[in-house]
Amino acid sequence: MSYTPIMFFSILPEILLLVLGLLILVVEPFWKGESRRNAGWLTAGGLFAIIAVSLFAGRPGGPATLFGGMLRYDWLGFFFKMMFIFGAAVTAMFMMDHETLGKRGESYLLLIAATLGMNLMAASADLIMLYLAIETTSIPLYVLAGFMLSDERSTEAGFKYLLYGALTSAIMLYGFSLLFGFAGTTNIYELGSMAVTGQLSLGVALGLVILIVVGLGFKVSIVPFHFWAPDVYTGAPTPVAGFLSTASKAAGFAVLTRLFLVAFPSIAYDWASILAVLAAITMTLGNLVALKQSNIKRMLAYSSVAHAGYAMIGVVAVTELGVTSLVFYLLAYILTNLAAFGIVMAFGRITGSDEIKDYAGMSRRSPGLAIAMLVAFLSLAGMPPFGGFVAKVFVFAAAVQVNMVWLAVVGILNSIVGLYYYLTVLKVVYLYRMEGEDEEAHPIPLTRPYAISLVVLTIGILLLGTLFAPWFGLSGAAALNLF
Amino acid sequence: MTFPILSVIVFTPIAAGMLILLMPAQRKNEVRVTALAAATFALLLSIWVYFTYDSSAAGYQFQETHNWLPALGIGYHVGVDGMSTPLVLLTGVVMFTGVLISWGIEDRPREFFAFLFILASGVFGVFVALDLFQLFFFYEIAVFPMFLLIAIWGWVVTREYAAMKLTLYLFIGSVVSLVGALAMYWIAYQNTGVLSFDMLHLEQAGFSDQFQIIWFLPVFLGFAVLGGIWPFHNWSPDGHVAAPTAVSMFHAGVLMKLGAFAALRVGIMLLPQGAQFWSPLIMAFAAIAVVYGAFIAFMQDDMKYMIGFSSVSHMGLVMLGLSTLNKTGLTGAGVQMFSHGIMTALFFAVTGMIYDRAHTRQISELGGMAKIMPFAAVGFIIGGLVSMGMPAFSGFVAEFPIFMGVWEVQPWVAIIASISIVITAAYIMRNIRDVFFRPMPENLEGHITDVNVLDKVAIVTVCVLMIAIGLVPSLMVPMVQTGVENILRLLGGA
Repeated sequence: MSYTPIMFFSILPEILLLVLGLLILVVEPFWKGESRRNAGWLTAGGLFAIIAVSLFAGRPGGPATLFGGMLRYDWLGFFFKMMFIFGAAVTAMFMMDHETLGKRGESYLLLIAATLGMNLMAASADLIMLYLAIETTSIPLYVLAGFMLSDERSTEAGFKYLLYGALTSAIMLYGFSLLFGFAGTTNIYELGSMAVTGQLSLGVALGLVILIVVGLGFKVSIVPFHFWAPDVYTGAPTPVAGFLSTASKAAGFAVLTRLFLVAFPSIAYDWASILAVLAAITMTLGNLVALKQSNIKRMLAYSSVAHAGYAMIGVVAVTELGVTSLVFYLLAYILTNLAAFGIVMAFGRITGSDEIKDYAGMSRRSPGLAIAMLVAFLSLAGMPPFGGFVAKVFVFAAAVQVNMVWLAVVGILNSIVGLYYYLTVLKVVYLYRMEGEDEEAHPIPLTRPYAISLVVLTIGILLLGTLFAPWFGLSGAAALNLF
Repeated sequence: MTFPILSVIVFTPIAAGMLILLMPAQRKNEVRVTALAAATFALLLSIWVYFTYDSSAAGYQFQETHNWLPALGIGYHVGVDGMSTPLVLLTGVVMFTGVLISWGIEDRPREFFAFLFILASGVFGVFVALDLFQLFFFYEIAVFPMFLLIAIWGWVVTREYAAMKLTLYLFIGSVVSLVGALAMYWIAYQNTGVLSFDMLHLEQAGFSDQFQIIWFLPVFLGFAVLGGIWPFHNWSPDGHVAAPTAVSMFHAGVLMKLGAFAALRVGIMLLPQGAQFWSPLIMAFAAIAVVYGAFIAFMQDDMKYMIGFSSVSHMGLVMLGLSTLNKTGLTGAGVQMFSHGIMTALFFAVTGMIYDRAHTRQISELGGMAKIMPFAAVGFIIGGLVSMGMPAFSGFVAEFPIFMGVWEVQPWVAIIASISIVITAAYIMRNIRDVFFRPMPENLEGHITDVNVLDKVAIVTVCVLMIAIGLVPSLMVPMVQTGVENILRLLGGA
């Protein structure tokens, strides 16, 4: 295996991430006191710079398999990588004013390490590489979830996440090892051709698919592997919860689509049927349980479970439009949910509460934050002119195209339930008054990182919902690599 | 390149809404003036469109086409025909009068006008949409601001309940239609090999009879929910009552037309065979709505509930006209959409004025208003005459053809439905007598003041339109007929 320049460019974002991480380690001790949160500016700025440099120099040409079959260099991976880095950049800004995370260089380093792992997940073309990448992502996230050592719930969240994660990834690893035993290769692309030529028995393959779904289902939090999500989101520091529910989930979907579409195309109908049923259950359960929540982070946790179900519709269509709509959906979802968690963070910082009833009077306390919340929640509910609407129409269109009208109908019924609880929160924000009705005396000031990131996200949600053609084109370019 | 007048009409309100949101919250007067300026501008443009629409040329005019997402055949395609032009004017009028009526709102007027204008953009967008995706896009934009407008500024007693009920009803209806629309989109692709949401393309897609019969009902009823069709009308009176005055005006005046219009445009025009198959059922629903709505309205003591149910009854007439699928009936339905729109907006406006002063809407607790607010009384009486379908007012121009059209198809339905005219006359007359002309109750004496100039401008604007169309039907009828002919062509008649 000799070195070629393309190998350098294929991992350019990862190299830069590593450099950024080391830079933070070196620079951070020089900041003292309040200025230590500047590590967040450095991280966020550095991550945006990485996106810019990668877009300029690291764009893939035709798909190529590099590093002895370990990594795939294509638009699918690249597009996902950019999404992860963007998510991490926004999360870094959210972390800056968190009381425990903000002034600790380690938290930013862990964030970057997790992002590095996600990038490799999206690019992996080999089961061993894939497993390593998943662990590289997970371990920093376990630590981040339990970062607030003095807070029992955070410790519990970290530990719970670790236990569930370890268990499910062990089952998945078992599936990988069996797969290697039957097929004699760990390369995803070789597995695909073996399954097509009949060297890999279909019955066995289907059994292995189920083992793998356990591991990936945990990552994307589909039912019945979603149990960790509400507890972990509630206990973990809010910015970390936001990161878990967006970038981490998208990384799971990146792996899921590539692995299943490339390695098991010949049994696509079978695994798609299994996943379709899981998707329907996921949407329904997530939304119905979200209805009853009184804590906004738990509500968002169940809503993010439900959204995994909607996004899954794009996978189970097993068409180019399906994957395109999935990528687009994830893009819209990342922006929207990050905004939602950012708002919860900004609000909770001042008020110290995550209870939905404490959001009463928020539209008077901070009209700007309330508008951002309106945009984010209506986008989650799938209302135009926001990204969520277009994304939902695309996945439903993909389902109807392959005659899965039933799944589209389930999705649509679910979005009605979703609308109900999102509107309930907005009602509290806009309609109810604080006790004493003196909202003006209790403003919610936004620090600069929140203001900047929420404005960027809000504009992004609007752009995705109105001028969606370029984003759809990029999503399509990514999807094309699988067909 | 010509002036993109329809796009300007569609985007003026939303642009003004955004501008208003950027203003400081305490500059309430600047907010109101900006809102009025934008509404006047949109009204003038819609008047311009109305009078420059060439009825002799017919067809879709002022068309604009832009690519939105070519890969999926989603386009931005706007244009108006004889059916939608009056509705664009209607929206302009209601938006203008709605701003005038809402001048006195003191609680967060900035957000109020911003949401109201987002709603207005959605409504304009649906009326001019010739692309199915775009139609849904604007349709949903028109629905969700209703929730906030009713929940925040509505009547304290029922606003939360009504806002949620209304939003869920409408959202369910629209998403059911959306599935049908997606089905049409893919079948059209199979039949023609072209991916397109353009309705002019879908009209020619050659859907099989079976497909049309399966999908007509979900698509038509999904939209007709917003048109207040029985048995899905339940949200509508609650919504009317809970909404603040301007929103009631928008809601009954324009939004319900949105439902009827979309049901016509997507249901009947894209699935004509399905419409022919199901028209007896639609006619039955509509006839029930007409009579039942009128009876319930008669029983109400709350003025807003009365008008709310009268809207159900009158929108039933629109549906009745649509279900005839013949030229007379459809023309009547088209005119009725406009006529009922301005009439009911006027009713809600006057009711709002009375409520603001008397703090009650119970007919039994009111009286003697004509002495103190003669302007409002005259307006209400003219509206009442329209509502009863008196000749020389727009209601007659609309309702007479509807009954004629129904008579051509099912004479006995026309007979049953005509009962509603008598009942309508009864409850309108009773309301006029009690509220305006009997002696004023003592507890109200001295508290009531006359309406202000802005209110008078709003009342005059609307009354002039109702009388003008009643006296000179040729202002509107020939235009609507050109739109009807296009529908009949799709139905295979004419």
